[in-house]
Amino acid sequence: MNDEAETGTGEAAPPATAIDLHREFEESGVGDVLRELDETLVGLAPVKKRIRETAALLLVERARQQLGLAYEPPTLHMSFTGNPGTGKTTVALRMANLLHKLGYIRKGHLVSVTRDDLVGQYIGHTAPKTKEVLKKAMGGVLFIDEAYYLYRPENERDYGQESIEILLQVMENQREDLVVILAGYADKMDKFFSSNPGFRSRIAHHIDFPDYSNEELLRIAEMMLKAQNYDLTPDARETLIRYIDRRRQQPHFANARSVRNALDRARLRQANRLFERMDRPVTAEDLSLISPEDINVSRVFSIPTDEERSQQEAS
Amino acid sequence: MMRITQGAFSFLPDLTDEQITKQVQYCLDNGWAVNIEFTDDPHPRNTYWDMWGHPMFDIADAAGVMMELADCRKVYGDRYIRLSAFDATHGWESVKLSFIVNRPKEEPGFRLERQEDAGRMVRYTTKPYAADKPEGGRYA
Repeated sequence: MNDEAETGTGEAAPPATAIDLHREFEESGVGDVLRELDETLVGLAPVKKRIRETAALLLVERARQQLGLAYEPPTLHMSFTGNPGTGKTTVALRMANLLHKLGYIRKGHLVSVTRDDLVGQYIGHTAPKTKEVLKKAMGGVLFIDEAYYLYRPENERDYGQESIEILLQVMENQREDLVVILAGYADKMDKFFSSNPGFRSRIAHHIDFPDYSNEELLRIAEMMLKAQNYDLTPDARETLIRYIDRRRQQPHFANARSVRNALDRARLRQANRLFERMDRPVTAEDLSLISPEDINVSRVFSIPTDEERSQQEAS
Repeated sequence: MMRITQGAFSFLPDLTDEQITKQVQYCLDNGWAVNIEFTDDPHPRNTYWDMWGHPMFDIADAAGVMMELADCRKVYGDRYIRLSAFDATHGWESVKLSFIVNRPKEEPGFRLERQEDAGRMVRYTTKPYAADKPEGGRYA
């Protein structure tokens, strides 16, 4: 875009004097990652905004380093908080890709673990287990799902504490080698951070994942079905809208994960439906159409929602 | 004093950690599993050194191996430590690269022993001076 600025900087002059941020943005592939994030992930506006801001910061930091300004490698450890099924793991995967494109991690892979992978069963088992995981995650992103289970205050002999200490040490000393992302429900994470101040101070970016709206969930469902070559009949679409609305008001609602499970069960029922009337050969259309009866036999329509339950109890 | 020359790079000055990291990354990028081994008996026919931990089959970045190496040096810094890269590809299934990454401060070398046999025959064998001492105390 601005050729005049670049003509002066040949390869012979190592200390660059100007950096075209826009070109850096496109050439590093960060633009592609962010665009892909926008296109493939429904909703999550605040998350996308935070990621965009983080990407800008990292890009500027990198430019500063290239121009020889005072530079300290930024802390990149993050925490993702939000209800189940709000896309924390998916975003972590994209984040790993993004950090790799920006050159902040060398490999860009994601190692996803929970307490079981880090904490051992008996004395002396925890340290090697945690180290094994850390070794695998080096050069990439270590994603610790439901991180608060690492800390169990009710049991003072719990081995989780040992794991936490090793994690903290590596998070501090090997910041260039790996990025740790802690994920979990907001309230439990808050409790976890307040009882482990070491973690809070080592984490620079806290990103909160909001719940999806009903429309967003429907769009997610349609994207999932499309990817699997299924179609909803118009009636089935209406049924799914009612399903999502009711499901949200029932216990253990897990956003996109609930939707995915509902679709899996709908596919199961569709298969059964096709199988039971084998009087005529099935066509590709039969095989890909989900009709209302595949959804409306779900228990979600018979279990009362929270609202209905409170009404029943009142009467 | 005698510098042990076993494996790759052993006629070069000792590799720096940065150079070791690059070699390890080369191995990992080829899909080889890197092992850490140590011994205090440097006889060239002693091929089976003790292993430090398990072979590292699923590591992407050299930093993971270097972390283990640092731990191994903490415990066995006074012995020989080598890295070996194992290629598990069908048909190869063997070590592709092996090099020493740590040596004792003093390497006393080897003694040549002569055994007189029937007739005027002489049999020769080499014995590391270090092996005269019991295991564990050889380079202390």
